[in-house]
Amino acid sequence: MVTYLLRRLGAGVLLLAIVTLVTFLIFYVVPRMAGQTVQQLATMYVGKAPTEEAIQATIDRLNLDQPIALQFWEFIKGIFVGATYTFGGREVVCSAPCFGYSFQNYTEVFPEIVNRLPVTFSMAIGAGVIWLVGGVSVGVVSAIKKGSIFDRLSMGLALAGVSLPVFFTGLLSLAFLVHAWGLFDTPRYTPFFQDPIAWATGLFLPWVTLAFLHAAQYARQTRAGMLETMGEDYIRTARAKGLAEWKVILKHGLRPTLTPIVTIFGLDIGLVLGGAVLTETVFSLNGIGRYAVQAIISQDLPVILGVTLFGAFFVVVCNLIVDLLYAWVDPRVRVSG
Amino acid sequence: MSAPSDAPEKQVEDSGAAAGQKTSAAANRSLRQIAWQRFRRDKVAMAGAIVVLLLIAMAVLAPLLTKLLGFPPNEFHQSLMDPLTGGALKDPDDPAAGIDPWGGMSAEHLLGLEPVTGRDMFSRIVYGAQISLLVAFGATVLCVIIGTVLGIVAGYFGGVTDTIISRAMDIFLAFPLLLFAIALAGVIPDGAFGLEGNALRVGLLIFIIGFFNWPYIGRIVRGQTLTLKEREFVEAARSLGAGSGHILFRELLPNLITPILVYSTLLIPTNIIFEASLSFLGVGINPPTPSWGGMLSDSLDFYTTSPHFVIIPGLAIFITVLAFNLFGDGLRDAFDPRSSD
Repeated sequence: MVTYLLRRLGAGVLLLAIVTLVTFLIFYVVPRMAGQTVQQLATMYVGKAPTEEAIQATIDRLNLDQPIALQFWEFIKGIFVGATYTFGGREVVCSAPCFGYSFQNYTEVFPEIVNRLPVTFSMAIGAGVIWLVGGVSVGVVSAIKKGSIFDRLSMGLALAGVSLPVFFTGLLSLAFLVHAWGLFDTPRYTPFFQDPIAWATGLFLPWVTLAFLHAAQYARQTRAGMLETMGEDYIRTARAKGLAEWKVILKHGLRPTLTPIVTIFGLDIGLVLGGAVLTETVFSLNGIGRYAVQAIISQDLPVILGVTLFGAFFVVVCNLIVDLLYAWVDPRVRVSG
Repeated sequence: MSAPSDAPEKQVEDSGAAAGQKTSAAANRSLRQIAWQRFRRDKVAMAGAIVVLLLIAMAVLAPLLTKLLGFPPNEFHQSLMDPLTGGALKDPDDPAAGIDPWGGMSAEHLLGLEPVTGRDMFSRIVYGAQISLLVAFGATVLCVIIGTVLGIVAGYFGGVTDTIISRAMDIFLAFPLLLFAIALAGVIPDGAFGLEGNALRVGLLIFIIGFFNWPYIGRIVRGQTLTLKEREFVEAARSLGAGSGHILFRELLPNLITPILVYSTLLIPTNIIFEASLSFLGVGINPPTPSWGGMLSDSLDFYTTSPHFVIIPGLAIFITVLAFNLFGDGLRDAFDPRSSD
């Protein structure tokens, strides 16, 4: 058990290091490989109206003219101990963890991300609960009533669900449910602790939109898994010893099916936490994902870098949590260590 | 396409596994014949396949189609539009009559007009299919190349090689793909790699999507290789002194063609959605070249007055993705030795 946990923890740290390296490569090395000079690269960090001095200052600031290894070292150092930039004659401190400094808005990226975190977090929680509960229960019922009208309808719907891009369903709900038929108000974020009811009603449409896509996958996966396990011998044994059917289904049929579902759920939640980029853009919710998209439009490279790194961290952390949950859900993991 | 070295081999195993006692009836048919018979009976999958063929024809014949039924995709028709709201006018001769709720659909403009500019939606959808399918196919080919080579190597050699490649696949699957993709698309300047404009964008999209999605193929190929490498024909080749290269690409690869084809068909719809998402976020194809995702992105400003501008490009994506999914599911079922004849 302890070895298992240590190994997973080690793997998580390694993954983080790799993700950081890849992010660094994308932002510092790939543009150079694509034929950009140091000056051009620096210009992308300065912002819209770069002057000669500003560009030179940026090159010095980010060590863009130094060897790659040194650049990477400074990049890592910034994350752990922060960084100081001299900017227009004054000193700017980007305190640790320094995920970058937007020279366009004169803001540190990390606090901006933290400010937007509640929005993205609310999205992930609400949508996650809906798609997990909805998808798994539809999948279970479909598997039990295989071939029934319910099964055919829900599997048809699920197939449609995986084929619909989330920004299309989002736009449809805005155009019809909100605008044409007036069934919902325009989605908006209200902090949970300010007004829980407004929080839930304001985010309901984005939740359902985002959940629909994932629920479809979960329903298909659960159904396939259930069909397989319900054919196993131990299910027959459980029935033969006179166990109630619902107990057979939930305790013996569903449990092994859930193990892979937990894995995907961890991954999906991590991805959504790293920015439900598309959903936030469609519904104009000011979460992390939209922050990145706006930064793309204004070519604010440090912000994109910060969000990318942050999103990757979330995926890794969620993966780690899943591994821990695994030890709890699946006894074999505990024994084999 | 054919698998000469293993055709009889597979036939025996699969007919045995599939039909149980009915070996004698199935023995005379190869796996591909059985699969084709099953597939032909699957009406839903056949419908998917037909729609896929029609879509490809539509993309290839785009210039002809727009000449016959539409207008050049970037021709403005602003006289038909309401300058205030951007919607299509009910009657261009009488602007007071208001906006057409159907977005100006008529015999000339089959799918209506784009808000503000009045460009013909039909032509833009048809040309959008070109970009969508080109990127999706290109990316899928790249996924298949990377995934097959790495998967077959990992599966065959095992050991440290397998560990490294398998971990790499895990890492790729755990990445926040969309963020990385928009980051990459955002930092590459125009004129990079000697390419400009949309040639660069298409190349970049194919590269990004292919580079991030290959593990799906890689995992399947690795798994199949693991079981195949224990079979006698591999043993025979090895004992005859065949080198690793020969065994990997002459003995194993022909037997992997079927699963690779099936799963790349299922990867195409994922890649179509990926491309549409990137275009939706504004890091895909440059305007004015039409793309479905880009049209949906523009429709964010017009969904109140011109709902057709949301529905039409969205349906185009939906139909395409659904058709590929149905086709791929059908192929998978047809080739599945466990499914009954």
